[in-house]
Amino acid sequence: METTTTIDPAEVAKFEAMAAEWWNPHGKFKPLHEMNPCRLDYITQQIAAEFGRDLSQPRPFAGLRLLDIGCGGGLLSEPMARLGADVVGADAAPRNIPVARLHAEQSGLTIDYRNTTAEALAAAGERFDVVLNMEVVEHVADPLAYLTACHDLLKPGGLMVCSTLNRNPKSFAMAIVGAEWIMRWLPKGTHDWAKFITPEELYDLIRKAGLDPVDRKGMVFNPISWSWSLSARDLSVNYVTASLRRI
Amino acid sequence: MTHDADLLIAGGGLNGPALALALAQSGFSVAVVDARPAPARAETGFDGRAYALALASQRLLTALGLWQGVAPHSQPILKIVTADGTTANGPAPFFLAFDHAEIEEGPMGYMLEDRFLYAAFLAAMQAHPNIRLISGATVDAQQITATGVSITLSTGTHLTGRLLVGCDGRQSGCAARAGIRRTGWGYGQTALVTAIEHDHPHHGTAWQYFLPSGPLAILPLPGNRSSIVWSETDANAAAIQALPDADYLAALRPRFGDFLGTIALAGRRFTYPLSLSLAHSFVAPRLALVGDAAHGVHPIAGQGLNLGLRDVAALAETLTLAARRGEDIGSPLVLDRYQQWRRFDSTALALGMDTVNRLFSNDNPILRTGRDLGMGLVNAIPALRRTFIRQAAGLTGDLPKLLQGKPI
Repeated sequence: METTTTIDPAEVAKFEAMAAEWWNPHGKFKPLHEMNPCRLDYITQQIAAEFGRDLSQPRPFAGLRLLDIGCGGGLLSEPMARLGADVVGADAAPRNIPVARLHAEQSGLTIDYRNTTAEALAAAGERFDVVLNMEVVEHVADPLAYLTACHDLLKPGGLMVCSTLNRNPKSFAMAIVGAEWIMRWLPKGTHDWAKFITPEELYDLIRKAGLDPVDRKGMVFNPISWSWSLSARDLSVNYVTASLRRI
Repeated sequence: MTHDADLLIAGGGLNGPALALALAQSGFSVAVVDARPAPARAETGFDGRAYALALASQRLLTALGLWQGVAPHSQPILKIVTADGTTANGPAPFFLAFDHAEIEEGPMGYMLEDRFLYAAFLAAMQAHPNIRLISGATVDAQQITATGVSITLSTGTHLTGRLLVGCDGRQSGCAARAGIRRTGWGYGQTALVTAIEHDHPHHGTAWQYFLPSGPLAILPLPGNRSSIVWSETDANAAAIQALPDADYLAALRPRFGDFLGTIALAGRRFTYPLSLSLAHSFVAPRLALVGDAAHGVHPIAGQGLNLGLRDVAALAETLTLAARRGEDIGSPLVLDRYQQWRRFDSTALALGMDTVNRLFSNDNPILRTGRDLGMGLVNAIPALRRTFIRQAAGLTGDLPKLLQGKPI
């Protein structure tokens, strides 16, 4: 099908093999679980600021339609649903969908999980207030076509949060040598360093896709406290951005 | 799925109510299960029990909106004097004196009687729409469910929540039912606790004497009254507790000299056997432990309640931030964060106090000389003194917001 051209089949197969492990906090996805609070801090703060929501209130995201692209087991979809958002979780790997559905049901959450792609949803005319595009862009075959689909999925005034990995010697040392070869946090070959994107390249792609980048922060791992935090300055490895569709 | 409350708290002592109030302020619904039949504790007169609240704990009470109400009943601790002593001769010439004037934050802490503190907690719990207080019941069973935890009370009532918090003391039933093992030992010591009236003013000074049989603390209460926490060997304590009041006072008097003038009893006499009891884990699926349930410490320097309130502040902040991110507050990832925050601090303090007690509770002449020199040395070095003062005031470490007096 033509609308799925930006999906690289080899990348999808790799994640399918890991799908059952999604919700094991001490399993293969431990690093993602550890990073999640930091990602959620950024996402929730950006949504709250953009849509004028108060995070100290119950269900602050009520009334917002949110798409989580590459939802995996639902590590971001579930928190967003718990905060009141109307969530669609999309994943190109079919095996992730039943895993995510089962877990949402156990958690007492209603989430619309679909085995589909950003391009297919855009073509079907689906529109959202928020698109979460976390650690996906470095895995797609055509980043510009993919980000253009993300643009099309947003309502005017909508927000896209996009995170990825920087491409430089440090990110090679940390994300490939450190995370995959030494620490074995991720299976070897999870990431292809050549597909990593510098913040400037990402901003450029986002603009070309018709969106307006408004914020970027680094996500930095501290091995002493064993936790992740947001950094205004250090975008050298993991980083996250916020962009708006103005019209 | 809806629950009876977001959080179920087993234990209505002091940590339980403090946690309930902190969580209710963050918007959680809370059920507190208290074994006591009715909230009668607040209505009794002074029974002799009082707490040494570290400055950080006082700030937590301020952040919870309680301090203003209890402040008129509190006694600021302006100075802490620690001295080595012998039962017969009173304090030795070597001592350590910590004065609040040496740090900018103000008094190192406050003495507050149990009845005023508990009454403030009770009134605030009863006034808060998010808190349901269930008195005269205990938690008899707990079970993990798909979305949370279900408990059965001694009254037969069932309640469900996202997370159960055990504030149920060093023999925590919640911990035992979750299969959490404990490490601990007795000290062969029992604390004799009471309050005295005295002729001379205490000037806000807290005294701690290290006597061979165990530490003796004289802690200032409002007026010419002081709280006494007096540790003795189990056999001595039992014998002293059995004495009539006049003989009890006669046994106490020579232990700290006559600087307070004539003394008389001003409260009931309690005894508490001293032991250390550390839980191997502070968390289990859908369960977090707080206070003595996690770490029952030697009550030297009055750190038990202060440690518990540090747990309260850390757990309330961890859960509040998790909820604002949309995380499941009972998930192992969230609970691990609480454990990581609190475990090192509380275990280090528990073992530190254990060491201090072992070092001081004997008459070995070599140890005695060593510790006297040590105290003299710390006393002579202002920077070291200030470090000890800040530690005693609870101002060191990675402080949760509530302990800084700030809302979460």
